[in-house]
Amino acid sequence: MSSSPYNEMDSDGGRSRTHYLRYAEWLAAQSSDRLAQKRAEADAVFHRVGITFAVYGQEEGAERLIPFDIVPRIVPLEEWIRLESGLKQRVRALNAFIHDIYHEQQILKAGVIPAEQVLCNSQYRPEMQGVDVPGGIYAHIAGIDIVRDDAGEFRVLEDNLRVPSGVSYMLENRKMMMRLFPELFSVHRIAPIDHYPDVLLDNLRSVAPTGVADPTVVLLTAGAHNSAYFEHAFLAQQMGIELVEGQDLFVRDEAVFMRTTQGPQRVDVIYRRIDDDFLDPLVFRPDSMLGVPGLLTAYRAGRITIANAIGTGVADDKSIYPYVPDMIKFYLGQSAIIGNVHTWMLRRPDDREYVLAHLPELVVKEVHGAGGYGMLIGPAASKAEIEAFRHQIIATPERYIAQPTLALSTCPTFTDRGIIPRHIDLRPFVLSGRDVTIVPGGLTRVALREGSLVVNSSQGGGTKDTWVLET
Amino acid sequence: MLSRTADHLYWMSRYIERAESLARLVDAHYRMSLLPHSADALAESLSATMTALHMEDAYRARFDAIEPRAVFEFVSLDRDYSGSIFSCLRAARENARAVRGSLTSELWVTLNSTWLDARSLAARRSPNADIGSFVEWVKERSHLIRGVSIGTMLRDEAFHFTRIGTFLERSDSTARILTAHQSDLVPGADASVVPDPYQWSVLLRALSAFEVYRRVYRDVITPVKVAQLLILRDDMPRSLLRCCKEVYSNIKSVSNEHSAETERRAGEMHAMLHFTRMEDIAATGLPTFLEQFLSRVRDLGDRIASDFLVPPAEA
Repeated sequence: MSSSPYNEMDSDGGRSRTHYLRYAEWLAAQSSDRLAQKRAEADAVFHRVGITFAVYGQEEGAERLIPFDIVPRIVPLEEWIRLESGLKQRVRALNAFIHDIYHEQQILKAGVIPAEQVLCNSQYRPEMQGVDVPGGIYAHIAGIDIVRDDAGEFRVLEDNLRVPSGVSYMLENRKMMMRLFPELFSVHRIAPIDHYPDVLLDNLRSVAPTGVADPTVVLLTAGAHNSAYFEHAFLAQQMGIELVEGQDLFVRDEAVFMRTTQGPQRVDVIYRRIDDDFLDPLVFRPDSMLGVPGLLTAYRAGRITIANAIGTGVADDKSIYPYVPDMIKFYLGQSAIIGNVHTWMLRRPDDREYVLAHLPELVVKEVHGAGGYGMLIGPAASKAEIEAFRHQIIATPERYIAQPTLALSTCPTFTDRGIIPRHIDLRPFVLSGRDVTIVPGGLTRVALREGSLVVNSSQGGGTKDTWVLET
Repeated sequence: MLSRTADHLYWMSRYIERAESLARLVDAHYRMSLLPHSADALAESLSATMTALHMEDAYRARFDAIEPRAVFEFVSLDRDYSGSIFSCLRAARENARAVRGSLTSELWVTLNSTWLDARSLAARRSPNADIGSFVEWVKERSHLIRGVSIGTMLRDEAFHFTRIGTFLERSDSTARILTAHQSDLVPGADASVVPDPYQWSVLLRALSAFEVYRRVYRDVITPVKVAQLLILRDDMPRSLLRCCKEVYSNIKSVSNEHSAETERRAGEMHAMLHFTRMEDIAATGLPTFLEQFLSRVRDLGDRIASDFLVPPAEA
């Protein structure tokens, strides 16, 4: 790391930034005992309410909490306005890109992105070629991971366009903060977020197949053993829709029905929280017990909407990510409001040569990896780990990209040793339907281990409430 | 609503009701164990109860003799025995978790914290754990869960399926408790045989009927009146008639195009109990009567499953 990270709360002079002034004053007046007691209260409530995630491969009752930090991440309004317009721009371009790829492929013909990069990608779904989806929208729900670099500049680290998760924690963290520290909400004007489920439902209804006046929307989950099951149940309940598993649905005459106590009932929109591969055993993985046989036939016939659409992975793959600013230019004729993180594509000889010479300084990621798995963080890695990656890169360079080790911004975080800065990112949730909507803020993830830059919950990350101040 | 959701709701409430019934039985026998000179009667009653609940084989596989302390522990807290109170609470919570989106938040939190507390109680348990206060706690939680569901749930199908589960399980449980005590209850039994007062108190307490009996009959306890109270009284919440009445009315509220026969059988069961006299039961013989009743409960359970909960594959 070349320079020190941007501190969200304190400026270089050690004084609180303007939007943190009130909070800092309040924080200074709190005893660490009170804060510790509040954090314990939060844990107890999260357990009781069952806001937990299942841990794979462990015995009964293996449900863990995602650590919750009681110090909020505050975003001033002017920063949010810029972020919001940048996010909307980006998601519009991504949706246009997916539509184009599955139709005329103009961006490939124009040579902006090499065709083999897209068409040979395992996330490209030839079954979607020529299929029209309502409103031309593919990524109805997008989770865009934003970081802030050492210059204080926001950058997109990653686009999540398949089944992004985490929004339930965004909503529950806010509820928890209001419960623990109601006094803070009277002295700050914090933009509300609790209408997210209404906006989501409205969006899902707006993309129903044409001609359906009062669409039935369901949420498709892999079941109670899935790690994100809490979120699935939570969203279904908040929207007042059925939470279904594959076994609850069946396809007849190219239409999808659910098995109810009153007989079969037609389904129009499926908000699915399982991956493409598992959706339809007749087309994708034949061993999938999670999906619905024949679903793709109904989908291609335009009798059902699936959100997110099948095949969105072609746009959020790490090998496509470097081209997103070009997409924005190509489809919208604009330059990107939020930039990317500089990325070396290791299939390019020049990039590869540079990266192999600088591995100890860089972050190397697997193109298809997710969740913080399959990556090398050069400055934190041992010589042996670096050499192991070097061999893998030389063997299959197209599987990797590299980025500079970012000094992710930090936010004060309550730890056993007091209030200490920890690295954070931000995942806003961008909803596309009739229009593009974002509830203010998003999920702030925090790397709880000292010096760690990995915020994923599977790797010891926690979460914070995110406040967008209205004044 | 989804058939699978209805299935989970139905089993969630069956398991809670089963946990409560077991807690009541342990409680009644536990009190009996505190009285002097009742060791034989206690062992006899425990043995009969375990037989009626089909628990005896599982118990005998682990223990040689019916030892009250061991029975209480086994029935209450055994983690590996699927019929224990602990396992029932776990099963209720697993069913609830599978459909937590269909429960009110209050109901889900009550069920979830019941399970979390049960787990930590079981983990902290000392060799001389107070079984009495554990089963007391289970009863309280069951009352609370039922109260929260009545107090917060919309009166829709979800509610009716939880009620069907509760009352079908309760009718089954009451019939089994009566079976365990049928030798004391044979109507018109030889008046010279004085039934064991301990047995009476177990039976009546296990069904919250001890005080009710006094209130209703203001008389000494006689076999015929006990049987009448627990089988044929419409106003007795755990009687067979009352349970059948609730099952019938809730099934009517969820009827669909396949369920006519199931409704008819539930109605028939209710009518049969409604118009039966103690003399008729005596003529059939109480053991036969209870046996027939239990097989009708089983039949109804199967029919409910195939009509509503696990419909035959379509498409």
